[in-house]
Amino acid sequence: MARYILGRLLSAIPTLFLIVTISFFLIRVAPGGPFDLERPLEAKVMENLQRIYQLDKPLWQQYLLYLKSVASGDFGPSFYFRDFSINELFAASLPISITLGASALLLALVVGGFMGMIAALRQNRSTDYAMMTAATIGVTIPNFVVAPLLTLFFGVWLGLLPVGGWNNGAAQNMILPIITLALPQIAVVARLTRGSMIEALRSNHVRTARAYGLSNYAVVVVHSLRGAILPVISYLGPAAAALLTGSVVIETIFGIPGIGRYFVQGALNRDYTLVMGTVVVVAVFVIVFNLIVDVLYALLDPRVRYD
Amino acid sequence: MTGAKTMDGGAVLDIRGLTVDFDTPTGTVKAVRGVDIAVSKGETVAVVGESGSGKSQTMMAAMGLLAQNGRTKGKVLYRGDDILGLPARRLNRIRGAKITMIFQEPMTSLDPLYTIERQLCEPMVEHGGYSWSAARKRALELLQLVQIPSPERKLKGFPHELSGGQRQRVMIAMALANDPDVLIADEPTTALDVTTQARILELLADLQKRLGMAVVFITHDLGIVRQIADRVYVMKDGEVLEEGEAESLLKAPKHPYTKMLLDAEPEGRKGPVPDSRPILLEGQKLSVAFDLGGGFLKAPQVLKAVDDVTLTVREGQTLGIVGESGSGKSTLGRALLQLLPHQGRVRFSGHDISNADKREMRPLRREMQLVFQDPFGSLSPRMTVGQIVTEGLLVHEPQLSAKDRDRRACEVLEEVSLDPAMRNRYPHEFSGGQRQRIAIARTMVLKPKLVVLDEPTSALDRTIQKQIVELLRKLQRDHGLTYLFISHDLAIVRALADRVMVMQHGRIVEAGETEAIFEHPVQDYTRELIAAAWQNLEPVGGN
Repeated sequence: MARYILGRLLSAIPTLFLIVTISFFLIRVAPGGPFDLERPLEAKVMENLQRIYQLDKPLWQQYLLYLKSVASGDFGPSFYFRDFSINELFAASLPISITLGASALLLALVVGGFMGMIAALRQNRSTDYAMMTAATIGVTIPNFVVAPLLTLFFGVWLGLLPVGGWNNGAAQNMILPIITLALPQIAVVARLTRGSMIEALRSNHVRTARAYGLSNYAVVVVHSLRGAILPVISYLGPAAAALLTGSVVIETIFGIPGIGRYFVQGALNRDYTLVMGTVVVVAVFVIVFNLIVDVLYALLDPRVRYD
Repeated sequence: MTGAKTMDGGAVLDIRGLTVDFDTPTGTVKAVRGVDIAVSKGETVAVVGESGSGKSQTMMAAMGLLAQNGRTKGKVLYRGDDILGLPARRLNRIRGAKITMIFQEPMTSLDPLYTIERQLCEPMVEHGGYSWSAARKRALELLQLVQIPSPERKLKGFPHELSGGQRQRVMIAMALANDPDVLIADEPTTALDVTTQARILELLADLQKRLGMAVVFITHDLGIVRQIADRVYVMKDGEVLEEGEAESLLKAPKHPYTKMLLDAEPEGRKGPVPDSRPILLEGQKLSVAFDLGGGFLKAPQVLKAVDDVTLTVREGQTLGIVGESGSGKSTLGRALLQLLPHQGRVRFSGHDISNADKREMRPLRREMQLVFQDPFGSLSPRMTVGQIVTEGLLVHEPQLSAKDRDRRACEVLEEVSLDPAMRNRYPHEFSGGQRQRIAIARTMVLKPKLVVLDEPTSALDRTIQKQIVELLRKLQRDHGLTYLFISHDLAIVRALADRVMVMQHGRIVEAGETEAIFEHPVQDYTRELIAAAWQNLEPVGGN
């Protein structure tokens, strides 16, 4: 297993290299540059800026310089947030986004998994229909609609929770963003769990468990749910990526200083290093999560072996 | 023969007036219509019937294991107490403790995610008052009892690491764990090879003798009934048609259906073909190897599915190729038809067709046809029977008009005893036997010389099998066909083939004229196969 994990991590290097290369040249193809303002800067000032940020060098040299610094873990200086390096920006914002995303993912797994299980056990009865209708609504209503509605209700009318801000990660500030972020994931997890749970409940080995008079808990949780959770596990990879990118809207609406807003700001301001930094961070997340998914799979299903 | 021959008043399990209805979108299906079945201590009762007779559903309903849309009425008395419709909590004191079950599907009846040990111990801890450590000790004893090799290692293993026969042994161990009063075995050997079947039956009979429980054995196989049952219930369409002591019922059945079932053993023999007949198909030193991976740093792993096989088939001959699953008999058939790359030479009506490409093969293809085992999977569900049957004509006789093809479809359907008026229907509207007729019609429409029949009767009930055998015989007579008949079913091979070839591990074990092989087998493996197939006639030897 350790060998397998090491192999996967090594194979991530060429993947990351490709991602960095493609996005490096793609962003440069986009018209405009980091220092293009509505009123153009003086030629001398522009020249100085370009030289400081090494934008005056040929593109291939810039590319090599960037590769070198990324390889040593340095994402370079931000072009827009002067005085800040990308590393500094991320050091402040990434933990916030990870806290939000991980909490939302956990919430989605627990609530969605539970809903799906109950729906499967009450298949084609009113509880099932209610759960699945709720799940459909959860998927279809976009988060930029859910977020203001929740703020209006809990923040403005009831005055129970703050309408926005981070407040150094106070619990009450996190509740609404996490719920908003988790809602569509809860819906997906619930639907996935329901489907695979229904299949599991009909399987021959669950019939065996029933025929041998095992308790309801053993039949449902031990022999059905564990197998039924496997498809949900494989959804974790894409879910993690969706949570990270989904945070763009949430962080903007709730005014949270996470990494999400840099996606948009970086691109709009042609802040090359910021864009590149976020791309690399997201890529690493997706790669690591897919690896975690595969390892979890092997731990849960003895038929899966990586040697 | 074991145990009590007659039923006294003290039935352990007594099913009375049991009905099972299923609610389906198209209305209620009455699967079981008032069935009475009783079994006493130490007795083995067989419930016999073809697929759809309701024999399994009766037992599933009695144990509260029906699908959600099933409804049950009647009484199920266990030692005098009605257990039908008990809440799960109370029923669970009996299921898995007093009454246990073995199922038809050994491959899927165990949970793939847990070790054998864990699954064996669960019911013991739940019902038997065992601690986990005591249960583990007993689990080991049980695996020894059901004769699983290296039981300590198997306990720590997972179901996918065991063969089908071993998994069924684990199920039997599980069924015996809590010393049950009644063991319900639902077609426990159907999914297994004949030699494995024989050993499992032997084991069950032996265990019953030693432990004295009552056994309800659900089966479609009268050979098994003859071997193990004290009493028999014959079921059809959800009703018990006849019941009685096994010996007398099998000797003198009263109900015409029972007579038909008993009569369903394929009959007749085929005389040998004279050596003067020209050779149609010839295979020399054929080998087929499958690459199992490896390569680069690892040593390449190769499975020799067919290993140095030489055979000749004369015109009008039927060569039966028999062997258990994995013996390479289907692979050999496919290699002969050039559907798999192989080593060695193949000659077909004078042409060397070894590894010929598609274009070279096309004109010969119509003369060599293939019928598959699975009558459900091998017909396209989106084509009408007429289209399926005449599809080959589009390739081999493109000059035919649609009208001509339709006429040919009618002719060939009539030839296989299907109503030509049904040619515009779709496969799902036909039964398994009818579908196999359609599959045969599809090959016959091209007027082939050689037909390779790959287990064409294995998925069918005995009575239907007999009809297919008759059909194949008639077609051979009318058209001078040559058959390569691949099967694990020795009774059918004996009825159809004039030559037999026994395969094991990709090699020919023994070959010769059918009667000679069946009457005087030379090799041990052949003897074992034959003994297993006719276990009702002679005792089974070996381990």
